Amino acid sequence: MSYYRDEAVVLRAQKLGEADRIITLLTRHHGRVRAVAKGVRRTSSRFGARVEPFTVVDAQLHRGRNLDIVTQVEVLAPYGQVLVADYGLYTAGSAMLETAERFTEAEGEAATQQYLLLVGALRTLAAGGHDPALVLDAFLLRSLAVAGYAASFVDCARCGAAGPHRAFAVAHGGAVCPSCRPPGSAAPDPQTMQLLAALLSGDWGAADTSDPRCRREGSGLVAAYLQWHLERGIRSLRHVERV
Amino acid sequence: MYEGVVQDLIDELGRLPGVGPKSAQRIAFHLLQADPADVQRLAHVLTEVKTRVRFCEVCGNVAEEARCRVCRDPRRDVSVICVVEESKDVVAIERTREFRGRYHVLGGAISPMEGVGPDDLRMRELLSRLSDGEVQEVILATDPNLEGEATATYLARLLRPMGLRVTRLASGLPVGGDLEYADEVTLGRAFAGRRSLDA
Repeated sequence: MSYYRDEAVVLRAQKLGEADRIITLLTRHHGRVRAVAKGVRRTSSRFGARVEPFTVVDAQLHRGRNLDIVTQVEVLAPYGQVLVADYGLYTAGSAMLETAERFTEAEGEAATQQYLLLVGALRTLAAGGHDPALVLDAFLLRSLAVAGYAASFVDCARCGAAGPHRAFAVAHGGAVCPSCRPPGSAAPDPQTMQLLAALLSGDWGAADTSDPRCRREGSGLVAAYLQWHLERGIRSLRHVERV
Repeated sequence: MYEGVVQDLIDELGRLPGVGPKSAQRIAFHLLQADPADVQRLAHVLTEVKTRVRFCEVCGNVAEEARCRVCRDPRRDVSVICVVEESKDVVAIERTREFRGRYHVLGGAISPMEGVGPDDLRMRELLSRLSDGEVQEVILATDPNLEGEATATYLARLLRPMGLRVTRLASGLPVGGDLEYADEVTLGRAFAGRRSLDA
């Protein structure tokens, strides 16, 4: 079949030629897909507004030799309109899109869990009610877990000794006991470790009442842990507004 | 692979935006068959543009002198500044003959995924232009896409405390189009920005 239809989140839109764009989509069933959306930069385009980043769409695509072609698009959830009206939400959302793109580098390989995680995170971010930086950190930790890099914030990540433990070693996978602790490990505030565990498990009651200092420290640990596993940093993280 | 300078020309043309290997080859062979005077003129213009063209010290638009044509024109309204992403947007707005104020070219839009933040754009220069109290209104004319809207949101947050009138170009239905073909996002914006026809 040369045509296929799938739900997707628009991750990125890059200019192509005179009036086209290359759209990067994270689809529910077909993984990450790059497709050409023809003529969408013209003001007369019928679906230019539908293929903006953050938008959840129902798209029909035509398989191409190198890139697929977007033929029809319907909007399921226009999260971009809400996120772009608040700079803090926009920067946190951008970091989510970039992370999702990096965790689904093999094009066409189904990544349904990453898709569902991203849609849920964008919905939570757009709904408000939580600090955008907390929503971002929760998404990053869970994204890592889906990719097979779940961090431990209680038991020792190396020997499994019951926690809580004081030291945090990025290279070892999170909290480490005194006997496994490598030199140069971080020693975060115990409340920071509790916050990160709450974000990973979805305990928003505990996360929302956390101390701003712990949030900042936790964000630093999450960023370091993410960079370790992705090898390259997420460019958007530098621009995220944190309280 | 072609020999020597022909391949060099194809490689150089292929580095231009929107020019692929096939197009580069086609342009290269067009130049080979063209009148030598035409090719000389093209080479001359390419050299001239790099030596003579610079960016206006006031607004950041392309100019051949220290200040661009708009900034030198004493008839332009100094109380209104229109903020755009690129110099080509100045040309598009000038074609409308609707705007008589001055411009400020940011040099792009905020795009965290591309690593472009507020500090990478000419925002500090804009703030220093507004410090003398001469400007009363800032029109945010960044592109009506996600990066453009985010840039406008950021600038509005920065400028509102300065007591200026901050406006944004309207979004909505294209003139000459049919309502039924408008996408829901654009039509929604048109509704949100509807205006009264009362006298």
